[in-house]
Amino acid sequence: MYHNSTNNQQHTESQSEGRFSRPSIPSRINHERRARKVFFFITLTPIILLVGIIIALVIRTWPILEKYPLKELLLGTVWKPQKGLFGFFPFISGTLWVTLVGIIIAVPPCIFTAIYLSEYARQITRTIAKPLLDLLAAIPSVVYGVWGLVAIVPLIGNHISPFLGKYLGFIPLFSSENPTGYSILAGGIVLAVMIAPFIISIIFEVLSTVPKGVREANLALGATRWQTVHAVVLPKVIPGIGAGIVLGATRALGETMAVLMVAGNVVQVPVSIFDAAYPLPALIANNYGEMMSIPLYDAALMGAALLLLIVILLFNIISNLILKGILKRSWG
Amino acid sequence: MGLKKHWQRRHVVEAIFKYVMLISFVLVLACLGYILWTVFSKGLPSLTWAMISQTPKGGYYLGKEGGILNAILGSLYLAMGGTLLAVLIGLPIALYLQTYLRKSHWGKFIRISLDILWGIPSIVYGAFGFSVMLAVGMRSSLLGGIIVLALLELPIMVRAMDEVLQQMPKDLEHAALAIGATKLEVALKIVVRQMMSGIISAILLAFGRGIGDAASVLFTAGYTDRVPTSLTNPAASLPLAIFFQLSTPFPEVQQRAYASALVLTIIVLAVSLGSRWLSVRLSKYSIK
Amino acid sequence: MNSHIQVKNLNVFYGKSQALKNINLEIPRNQITVIMGPSGCGKTTLLKSFNRFIELDEMTRISGQVKVDEQDIYARDIDVTEVRKTIGLLSQRPYPLPMSIYENVAHGLRMHRMKKGKNEFDQAVQHYLQVAGLWDEVKDRLHEPATSLSIGQQQRLCLARGLAIEPEIILGDEPTSALDPISSQHIEKILMSLKKDYTIVVVTHILRQAKRLADYVIFMYLGEVVEAGTAQQIFEDPQMERTKGYLSGQF
Repeated sequence: MYHNSTNNQQHTESQSEGRFSRPSIPSRINHERRARKVFFFITLTPIILLVGIIIALVIRTWPILEKYPLKELLLGTVWKPQKGLFGFFPFISGTLWVTLVGIIIAVPPCIFTAIYLSEYARQITRTIAKPLLDLLAAIPSVVYGVWGLVAIVPLIGNHISPFLGKYLGFIPLFSSENPTGYSILAGGIVLAVMIAPFIISIIFEVLSTVPKGVREANLALGATRWQTVHAVVLPKVIPGIGAGIVLGATRALGETMAVLMVAGNVVQVPVSIFDAAYPLPALIANNYGEMMSIPLYDAALMGAALLLLIVILLFNIISNLILKGILKRSWG
Repeated sequence: MGLKKHWQRRHVVEAIFKYVMLISFVLVLACLGYILWTVFSKGLPSLTWAMISQTPKGGYYLGKEGGILNAILGSLYLAMGGTLLAVLIGLPIALYLQTYLRKSHWGKFIRISLDILWGIPSIVYGAFGFSVMLAVGMRSSLLGGIIVLALLELPIMVRAMDEVLQQMPKDLEHAALAIGATKLEVALKIVVRQMMSGIISAILLAFGRGIGDAASVLFTAGYTDRVPTSLTNPAASLPLAIFFQLSTPFPEVQQRAYASALVLTIIVLAVSLGSRWLSVRLSKYSIK
Repeated sequence: MNSHIQVKNLNVFYGKSQALKNINLEIPRNQITVIMGPSGCGKTTLLKSFNRFIELDEMTRISGQVKVDEQDIYARDIDVTEVRKTIGLLSQRPYPLPMSIYENVAHGLRMHRMKKGKNEFDQAVQHYLQVAGLWDEVKDRLHEPATSLSIGQQQRLCLARGLAIEPEIILGDEPTSALDPISSQHIEKILMSLKKDYTIVVVTHILRQAKRLADYVIFMYLGEVVEAGTAQQIFEDPQMERTKGYLSGQF
C-alpha cells in the first residue's frame, strides 16, 4: 500500500511538470525559494537587533546590579564613582525635569499648530508647512545645541531668570540662584523645539482619521469651526494625541547632545527650572572616556543606558500600540 | 429672520482660537527661522576656505592654523558607509514586508519592532555598539562607526521605504504577476524601478539622520585629527568637531565651531532639499 | 407662488470647470421640492449652495445670489452659522456625532443656547425623537452611544438632531441612498409629514422616489436647470426633450 501510494504521487508530480512547465520554470521557482529564505533572515534583523541591544546592556550592567540593591542605585543621591558610590537619582530627576519642561512648553503650540494645519489652513499653507517641518526635524541635535548655547542660554541668564526670580522667586520652582542660564529651562526650550515637528506630524495624522462627514454634520447644525473641533473632532482623537505626546516625550528623554550643551551638567537634584541639571544621556556621553579606569564605572554608565532604554521601550510600545489602533481604523 | 451677524460669545471664542492657532504655527516656523539665522549669522563670518580644505595643524585647538577637513570627510565616510550598509539590509526588509508580509501578524510584529527601534535614542545605540566592540576586541574605528550608524539608520529607512512601497499601484504588480513573473522578480525589478524616487528619498532621509548624529559615533568611531585611510582607523565627525571646539575656552576656536555647525547645517539642508527635488524629478518617469 | 428660496444668476466654478451655470430658481414654501437629474449634473452642488457648504471646498468660486426670505445668504454681513441653523441638512450617509443618542439631539440646542435646565432638554429630546419616529425604539437606551443604532435609525437620529435646532428649511442630499428599503420608506413618510411646517428640498436620482415625494420638481442636466415646475407639470406634461428623455429612462 505504502509503496504504491508513493509511486502514485511521483507519477502525478512528473506528469504535472510535463504538462505545465517549461525547463526554466523549476529553476526559477527554486531560485525564488532560496532568495525568499535569504530575505526572510534579513527581515529578522530588527528583532534580533532589539533583543541584542537589551541583552548586551543587561550583561554589561550586571556587575553593578549584583553588587548594589536596585533601590540604592535608583534613589541614591551621591555620585562618587571613585569611592564606589553610584546614586542615579540626580540624573534621573534631571532627565525627568528637562523632559517635563520640554513637553510642557511644546505641547500647547504643537496641538494648536496641528489643529490649524488640519482644520483651518488652506491647502497651499499645508503644502508649504510640510517641508518646513521636515527641515526642522532634520536639523542635527548638535546644531540645536549651538542654537541653545548662543541664543537661549544668554536669554535665560540675562533676562528670563532675573525677571522671574525677582517677581516669582518666592516659589521654589522659579527661584534663581544660578546666574549662568545653563539650566533645565534652557534644555526644555531646546527640546521643545526639537520634538515639535515630531509631535505636530503625529497629531496631524491622528486628526486626519476623523471622517469629513462628522465634521460636516456638526457644521450643518450651525457650529463654528472651533465648536466642531472642540465637540466632535477632539473627543475622538484624545487617545491618539496622548500617544503622540508620549512618543514626543520618549524623544526628549533620550536626546543627548543638545541637552548636554545647555543644561549645565551639575550633579544635583534640581528644584527650580533655573537650576542646572545633569540628565542620564549627558552623563553617559560626558564620561565614556574614563569609564574603563574606575571599577564598576562602565557598568554604571551602561546601567544608565539600560535604564533609559527600559523607560523609553515601555512608553514607546504603549503609545505605538495605541497609535496603530487609531491609524488602522481609518484604513478600514 | 436674523441671519445677520451678531457677535455672540462663540464668535469671539472662534476668533480667539483662530489667532492662537495662527500664532502657534508662526511660532514654530519662527523657531526654524531663528535657528537657521543663528547658525548662518554666527558661522558665516568665520567660515574660510582654509577651514574646509585643511586638517587641523598643531595647536589648532588653541586657535592656531588648520581646518576641519578631517571631520567633514570623516562624517561623509561614516554616513555614506552607514547608509550603504543600511540600504543593503533595509531594502530587502522593506521589499519582503511588502511582498510577503503585507497583512500578516509577522509583518505587524516586525513593523512594530522597527517603530520601537526608531524610538531608541542614539546614545543607547552608541552604548550598545561600544559594548559589542569591547566584547569582540574591536577599537573605535571608522568601521565601528559605520556599523552603528547603519543600525541607527535602519529603522528610519525601512519605515520610510515601507510607506513608499505601500503606494505601489497594485494593477502594475498584478499585471507583472499575471505574465508569469514570480513575486520576488516583481519586487526586485518592477517595484524598485517604479518606486525609485521614494526609495531614494528614504535613503537620503536616513543619510541626513546619520550625518548629524553625534552620540552614537562618540563611542564607536573615536576622534582624530587625521583623515582616515582605512576602515580600522578612528574617524572624526562634524557633530563631534562642533562639540569639542565649543568646549575649548578660546573664542577663536569657538568661532570655528559655529562655522563647522554652518557646514553641517548646509549639508543637512542640501540633503533634505535634494531628496525633495529628486523625488519630484524622478517621479516624472514612473507610471502614475 | 410663495417662494422661500430664490436663486439668481448662480454660477459655481470648481477649479476651472463650471459646476453650475447661471441658475435661476424659486423654491416654494412648505412644499417638498425634488431636484433630480443624472449623476454629475450638479444637483448636490446646487443643494450645498443653499447652506453655504459649497464654501467648505476651497477650490470653489461662487457668483450670483441665493436669497432666503429676500436676504442674500452670501452677503457680507451674514453669519454663516445662522444660515446653517436656519437651513438644516440631511446628508447621504448618517454621521452621528461621537456622543450618546440623547446628546446627539441635545448638542445643537446646547450649542445655540436654545434650552435651559434638564427638564427643557428632556422634553425637547423626546419631542424631536418622536417627530423622527425614533422615540419608541430608543427611549430605554438614550445614553448609549449613537453608533450603536442601525444605519436607518442613525439617519432618523440625524433628522431629529437637525429638527431640534428649529430650522425653517430642510435639505436632503439623497438622504435614503445608504438605507434599506424599509428605512427609506420610513424617512420618506417623515418628510411627507414635515412639509406642513418646513420647506423641504431633496436631491434624488431615484425617479420613483421623486414621484412619491415631489410637489415641485427641478430637473437638471450638465450644470443647468432644464425645467422646473409642479410635479404634475413635469411628470405628466414635460416641455423639454431632455426631461422627456430622462423620465422615459433614456439616461
